Amino acid sequence: MSAVILLLITGVGLGALYFLVASGLSLIYGLMGVLNFAHGSFLTLSGFLGWEVGRRVGDGSWAGLLIGMAVGVLVGAGSAALTELVFIRRLYNRHIEQVLVTVGLGLATVALFEGIWGSDPIQIKSPGWLSRTTEIAGVHIPNDRWLLIGAAVAVLLLIVLFLQKTSYGLIIRAGVENRTMVTALGIDVRRAFTIVFAIGGAAAGLGGVLASVYYGQVSAHQGTSLLIYAFIVTVIGGLGSLSGAAIAAVIVAVIQQFANYYFGAGDLAVVLLLAVVILVRPTGLMGKVKH
Amino acid sequence: MSDRPALQLTHIGLQIGGARILNDVDVEVATGEMVGVIGPNGAGKTTLFNIISGVMTPTTGRVLLTGEDVTGRKVHQRARVGLGRTFQTSSVFPGLTAGKNVRMAAQSKLGAATSPWKFPRRGDDADVVAGRCLEEVGLAHHVDTEAGVLSHGDKRKLEIAMLIATDPQVVLLDEPMAGVGSGDVKGLMEVIRRLHQGGRTVLMVEHHMEVLMDLVDRVAVMHHGELLAIDTPDAVMADPAVQKAYLGETV
Repeated sequence: MSAVILLLITGVGLGALYFLVASGLSLIYGLMGVLNFAHGSFLTLSGFLGWEVGRRVGDGSWAGLLIGMAVGVLVGAGSAALTELVFIRRLYNRHIEQVLVTVGLGLATVALFEGIWGSDPIQIKSPGWLSRTTEIAGVHIPNDRWLLIGAAVAVLLLIVLFLQKTSYGLIIRAGVENRTMVTALGIDVRRAFTIVFAIGGAAAGLGGVLASVYYGQVSAHQGTSLLIYAFIVTVIGGLGSLSGAAIAAVIVAVIQQFANYYFGAGDLAVVLLLAVVILVRPTGLMGKVKH
Repeated sequence: MSDRPALQLTHIGLQIGGARILNDVDVEVATGEMVGVIGPNGAGKTTLFNIISGVMTPTTGRVLLTGEDVTGRKVHQRARVGLGRTFQTSSVFPGLTAGKNVRMAAQSKLGAATSPWKFPRRGDDADVVAGRCLEEVGLAHHVDTEAGVLSHGDKRKLEIAMLIATDPQVVLLDEPMAGVGSGDVKGLMEVIRRLHQGGRTVLMVEHHMEVLMDLVDRVAVMHHGELLAIDTPDAVMADPAVQKAYLGETV
């Protein structure tokens, strides 16, 4: 029983990390139809810069981590907005070119990160509390999972609040449903595009810093490996659906944890789940058919 | 400005690859006029609308809105100059309530859309405008209804409410009656008439002849990408070239 509780909570913690990456992917696809293969690079860059700034503030201290998280959010938002303005903006409705550019950007930036920080993972220090455990119902839960879950819930709530309650959120929701009509009403939807990219990048950036805490290291390949799971989550949740991404992130991560523990086949289980969802429900859990 | 035509198309041509879609179309529409656009399928009516609204760029020619050359402008910029349009298929936002649909349009006009952090409230400016526009098309009771579940005729009315909210000077209606049940036609005609009142200029593609002839001041006939004739409904109906090309010999 205690193994089940442990796997469930650590699974949700990993799901939180997946969600931070997948939320941006899903929003960006939902509004613009862009599959952003460079999304992992926002995460990696944020992880590195958050760590660089954080360790100078106080290596392994809470102040260092919190400032690192803030840096991660800013770097993620900035690099994503820049990517949209410089590359994606010229390529709307040209999906093949979008894929080529974002894949290329993803590969080139990983090489760049390797050039700057080396290709070996760098071990990092976190606040002591995060590497300890908390006992719940006789089960020792690693504390960093709580940080991940808290951050993902906060990001989900903030994005939902933004989408549901602000004027801009209304434009973005309308843009997801019918982009042409939004422009016909006199609204420059491109600005909404940049904002959505920045929001997605910010979530990924936060995810980058938290991923380095979770894995205890930063590496040039962190974003790329997480991006694969984030894409799977996005497809299972339904492309463009934020709540779908949240639910799918938890399902994928929990199944992965259980399959790893009992069969040592977590990745295989995730790919099988993906195959089943695509066969049974091609639009994903919460996805709508795109017009 | 008022002595200038609301809409002026000069030598509009569109060539895609080897295909000539539009050829040398000249149209002048006076302020406050309602003009119908007819022609067989593929004659270039919707393409012409797309060129006027900026969805497509013409190969030749210019588009002038109230005397201002907007040929190189983007869709949302033309909308800000005062051009509104509906689409052949209904273009409401199905997942939003009717009230939110019109609110979007009102926000765009009021400029609130440019402030990302503004929290919309019941009773603010955009909300008042949205309520008034819904009332004008007779949909006030549907303010909290999801647009996707409205009847087709009501969706069309909702689109017009959204148009009114942006307060356009020139309006393009692309087959507003398409797919509308016969019970809704009268009500929708009334809504279009009211849209036209107050000096708005209206261009309307419509296959429903009775409706069109009843509403418009002039009719433009498109055929194979060219403007065959533009005149009063009676004169156009009597034009032998039009009869031959479009209406058939029997009319």
